[in-house]
Amino acid sequence: MSALLTGAYVPGTSPLHRAPAGPKLALLATACTALLLARTPLLVAACAVVVVALYAVGRIGPAAAWAQLRPLRWFVVVLIVVQVLIADVSTAVALTGRLVLAVALAALVTLTTRTTDLMATLERALRPLRRVGVDPARVSLTMSLALRSVPVVAGIAARLREARWARGGRRSARAFAVPLVVGVLRHADAMGEALRARGLDD
Amino acid sequence: MARSTEGRSKLPAGDLARIAAFAAFIAVLGLPGAFTLFGNSVPVTLQSMGPLLAGAILGARRGALSVILLLALVAAGMPLLAGGRGGLGVFAGPSVGYLIGWVAAAFVAGLIVERSGRRPGTHWVLIACLLGSATTLAVGIPVQAAVSGVPLAETFRLALAFVPGDTAKAIVAALVAAGAQRAYPDAAPAAWRERIDGRS
Repeated sequence: MSALLTGAYVPGTSPLHRAPAGPKLALLATACTALLLARTPLLVAACAVVVVALYAVGRIGPAAAWAQLRPLRWFVVVLIVVQVLIADVSTAVALTGRLVLAVALAALVTLTTRTTDLMATLERALRPLRRVGVDPARVSLTMSLALRSVPVVAGIAARLREARWARGGRRSARAFAVPLVVGVLRHADAMGEALRARGLDD
Repeated sequence: MARSTEGRSKLPAGDLARIAAFAAFIAVLGLPGAFTLFGNSVPVTLQSMGPLLAGAILGARRGALSVILLLALVAAGMPLLAGGRGGLGVFAGPSVGYLIGWVAAAFVAGLIVERSGRRPGTHWVLIACLLGSATTLAVGIPVQAAVSGVPLAETFRLALAFVPGDTAKAIVAALVAAGAQRAYPDAAPAAWRERIDGRS
């Protein structure tokens, strides 16, 4: 559960950790666009060296990096096979490598930036949208409510599961999910009452 | 969060709470062990049911907003997607289209259920969830083709493997949504909107 509270952030004091979140995000967007220009395996390899160097600058170990790239592993296998079949090996390597590098770069920003900093940046970025009626304060309130609700909803699910085991009962997903959804709605509507009582709608 | 186009008023607190709770609900559906089929032998995360349920129960706009909220938290680094995935890397990867597709799925499912009245019939909820599920694929497949560089036809053929599972999940989502709406009348989007509008 601790990962749920901190996100994937790896604490540190490297230049990447100290850089403000906004410019890091802007650089990430630029770098991902630039990656699209790397069309040969050689260029992709050069980009890979840069990305590995950036991970070294950020002092991110292989374990933390792998945790971010692991979900891609089967996709990479399928992608290489398909690309080799419909194109050639060098296209397959370039395309797949590019994709992995883009994910690795984005993950690097996540690994070196606190979730709270990213949320604050998002709130700042939403400010211009005030004109069309988006209230950044209400957005960040709703984000905190959602984060707070994750353990609550997980708790409701755990209770229902235990109750089902105690009854030795049915294994159907529906018998579990209907009370879970109702539990979520009860929690939501109680939370709504509490917000209203605190004058959020005034 | 946003002003409704008609009333120029902010989303009421009750809506914010529901949007937040459903974002958390979708996240919990992706936790390992939160949801298992066939006893515990095959752990299946049923997270993709989440957007359909959010749409069918909260309605189009609130459902879509709850999915957007979940994605914002994921982008901020929270590992809330199935398998503990999270962070900006997810949005640079091949599955980003399916995540955007979830927003559209919640909206489509919500639109249909909203329009079928205060006590929507199960058949309408079923149609809503099936169409919502199809919407996810309709957005996800072209984006995956673009990101991975695999031609659309090829990607489509690969994605066909997911159709039986997705259809089954859509059917379960519809049964769950309809069941919840019988058990908790405010779980119907039209009924909830009436209540919220009546209060303000």
